[in-house]
Amino acid sequence: MSSLTDQAPPGAAAPVADPPDKAGYTVVPTRHYARWAAAFAVLVLVAQFTHGLATNPVWEWEVFAAYFFSDTIVQAVWVTLQLTAYATVLGFLLGTLLAFMRLSRSPVLQTVAWTYIWIFRSIPMIVQLVFWFNLSALYEQLGVGIPFGPVFWSVDSNSLIGTIGAAVIGLTLHQAAYAAEIVRGGVLAVDSGQSEAAAALGIPRLRQIRRIVLPQAMRAILPTAGNEIIGLLKGTSVVYVMAIGELFYQVQVIYGRNGRVIPLLLVATAWYVVLTSLLSLAQYYVERHYARGADRTPPPTPLQRVRRLVLGMRAAAARPGPPTPVPLKPFGDRR
Amino acid sequence: MSEVMVDVHGVHKSFGPLHVLRGVDLRVRAGEVTVILGPSGSGKSTLLRTINHLEKVNRGWISIDGELIGYRRAGDKLYELKEKEVLKQRTHIGFVFQNFNLFPHLTVLENLVEAPVSALRRPRREAEDTARRLLDRVGLADKAGAYPRQLSGGQQQRVAIARALAVSPKVLLFDEPTSALDPELVGEVLDVIKDLARSGTTMVVVTHEIGFAREVADTVVFMDDGLIVEQGPPAAVLDAPQHERTRAFLSKVL
Ligand SMILES: Nc1ncnc2c1ncn2[C@@H]1O[C@H](COP(=O)(O)OP(=O)(O)OP(=O)(O)O)[C@@H](O)[C@H]1O
Ligand SMILES: [Mg+2]
Repeated sequence: MSSLTDQAPPGAAAPVADPPDKAGYTVVPTRHYARWAAAFAVLVLVAQFTHGLATNPVWEWEVFAAYFFSDTIVQAVWVTLQLTAYATVLGFLLGTLLAFMRLSRSPVLQTVAWTYIWIFRSIPMIVQLVFWFNLSALYEQLGVGIPFGPVFWSVDSNSLIGTIGAAVIGLTLHQAAYAAEIVRGGVLAVDSGQSEAAAALGIPRLRQIRRIVLPQAMRAILPTAGNEIIGLLKGTSVVYVMAIGELFYQVQVIYGRNGRVIPLLLVATAWYVVLTSLLSLAQYYVERHYARGADRTPPPTPLQRVRRLVLGMRAAAARPGPPTPVPLKPFGDRR
Repeated sequence: MSEVMVDVHGVHKSFGPLHVLRGVDLRVRAGEVTVILGPSGSGKSTLLRTINHLEKVNRGWISIDGELIGYRRAGDKLYELKEKEVLKQRTHIGFVFQNFNLFPHLTVLENLVEAPVSALRRPRREAEDTARRLLDRVGLADKAGAYPRQLSGGQQQRVAIARALAVSPKVLLFDEPTSALDPELVGEVLDVIKDLARSGTTMVVVTHEIGFAREVADTVVFMDDGLIVEQGPPAAVLDAPQHERTRAFLSKVL
């Protein structure tokens, strides 16, 4: 009987020669010629495209550079960010409320929430925005008082809301309808045993939701919510119809004046890419936060990964020559 | 004789047309261990869940230490309690689930501290001290900072027992605490329950572990088809059952 390591691998016609030592055979990886050819072809195309982008005068990069950090554009980016932030926070607050109304045991609350979601998902955002913009045409006065009774305090609605306010309301109401369904989906994804265990322990109802259910629902909510918020960031460009000085509107104003359409559209594009990238990065870390306890060993952060890679390369550089096999030491011979 | 801790009186429970509990009477004395046996679908889990009002009864009543669960009596009427009051009552009743139901996003220590702090409004420091003592008691003092998924099934169930004890309940209810465990992990959980039994904790345990029932139970209850068929000391019910259905069940599981 020969031991396993002494045998030649199956398929070898004859035991040509024993490997030089008992450490084993050298492994030769498969060579992927087709894959290499495809990669080469794609790289050539990408290089051509980049070259064209850099050298073709159509793009007018000097105009791009002149406007990218100009006061007007930076101001407009700030307005875009504010619209996104307000609509996200308010939209998800209202959405969470609607989600729990739909999940409640009260048929009235369920119906109201269902109707809201049905209506606001049916109306195109742009229609709603124009509607809010023209609100004062419908209700000239907004008042506080007893329903169907006397009014104690009232104000001219257009001055109260303002254009930015109208845009935030429109974006929020639209966003809330989608957020409600996202949050509801997340809550439904949490095992019902969790709230049952919390109830069995006597944990108060609101605390059950805030401390036990929502943090676990976040795992299902976040990927879709991330999509929604990025969609909203770009969706704010629709409010140009209300003549609000956000990014897309401001860019149009400028190229309307100087006729440099392409480079200014590039300015807007680049800013949207930058903002979306920042949001994606934030999303990664928020998701990581809510994943704690979900895996036995959490995956490393990108930073940790880079650090490990650098350390690994440094260690490899410090080692002279090719890696030499480490001889196995018998137990007990440890220094 | 010690006082009655759990008093189940003429309890009926239906799910739609399905009559699951059909008049159950059960008395558990303080410091005693009652083990409930019975075939699948006989209503054991439902009975346990009515005791801490996770299920409402259709008829009859349940009291813990003389306090009606889920209702307030005025004259000959029973008024349903508000959810808030029911939650308060539940802190007197510990419940251990078959599949643990630990909170996976909280560490073991946070799992134990949550209810004492939020339901009983105990100071966090005090709750953490109690939690560490309980973890020590179930042999998991070194796991306070771990997340539940980093523990074995047996360890998770021991944490779940410690969590139920953290609100200092008057009675502990167990619904098949070892059924979700690999055979070699069953022993460590049963040992914890035995230790609690020795220290005089009042417990109601639904289980299929006949050996455990024989060793630990003061009373063994046999349920079938929504009724308690027979109850008494383990020697009587397990070794000399009076009813044909008890005999048939025991011959299958022994
Ligand atoms: N929420 C519910 N809705 C409808 N039927 C239910 C519900 N809960 C339990 N039942 C039914 O009630 C009966 C008793 O269930 P129960 O869970 O109490 O049985 P059990 O004795 O605990 O069984 P097992 O040993 O399998 O756990 C079963 O027929 C079950 O299908
Ligand atoms: Mg059961």
